[in-house]
Amino acid sequence: MSQVAVAHPGVEPAESPLTPESWGKLGMWMFLVGDAMSFGGLLAGYGALRFGSADWPVPADVLGIPLTALMTFLLICSSVTMVKALAAIKKGDQRGLRNFLLLTILAGLIFLGLQAYEWTHLIGEVLPEKGLTFTRHLFGTTFFVLTGFHGMHVSGGVIYLSCIVAQGVRGKYSRDRWEPVELVGLYWHFVDLVWILIFTFVYLI
Amino acid sequence: MGVFWWLSALTVLEIGVIYLPLAKLLIAILLVGLALSKAALVAMYFMHLKFERRTLALIAVTPMFLCVLLVFALLPDLSAVPHQSAASSPPPAAAKQ
Repeated sequence: MSQVAVAHPGVEPAESPLTPESWGKLGMWMFLVGDAMSFGGLLAGYGALRFGSADWPVPADVLGIPLTALMTFLLICSSVTMVKALAAIKKGDQRGLRNFLLLTILAGLIFLGLQAYEWTHLIGEVLPEKGLTFTRHLFGTTFFVLTGFHGMHVSGGVIYLSCIVAQGVRGKYSRDRWEPVELVGLYWHFVDLVWILIFTFVYLI
Repeated sequence: MGVFWWLSALTVLEIGVIYLPLAKLLIAILLVGLALSKAALVAMYFMHLKFERRTLALIAVTPMFLCVLLVFALLPDLSAVPHQSAASSPPPAAAKQ
């Protein structure tokens, strides 16, 4: 191998047509693939438990669809501001990067606030009335495990985004150096993608 | 920004679908189709998968195949459990799903 490298000094070992342009991107995608398997496992378990139960309630009768539709819309909007943030820094616009990232964080925080409100309402009133609490019925168990696991990802994303904003404010990113922004974007869009699936499988079907 | 409108429209459509007077199975199939197309839009445009090398796309869809396999692995359990409950309490259980 070293002989080849000496013979062709211009060939960099990382440049293979099979791998993406950057190792950071490949690493983030590998992480997301593993994370997708976690969510996939939880969703498959949810499906098995649900279709194995004879007394599963209709989700729309228990859960608030309008509120969660709003939360879905909020995450889609936050994905758009994330796209705008990356587009801004690719043009070298550091103020645009900061503002759009802050908007993304704000949407994430509102999402978490709405989820906390939803959980409080469910735990305090709705689920005990219907006998569907976390410990009493698999409906409650799977609901809190799935939405909770996703909520933890949103919380992690908010922290991750905050770190990137802090770096951006210190001028670490520019027209030539924006890859970390793209990576946080990949993670954030993935969280949005998972919510789209959870919203459909847990709330609508 | 076209993707944003598509995602919003498909979300509205999804909520509309659950109130349609159709068979439950048909509604579920429609919802899964809509959700997967939304997920594909996010992955292809927001996560730039459409503009990456093919290897990355192959890596990205691997978990989908594995999850489908997982569902098939769980299928025996899905069919076994309702039979048991149907045996212990004969009339109501089977018709529901």
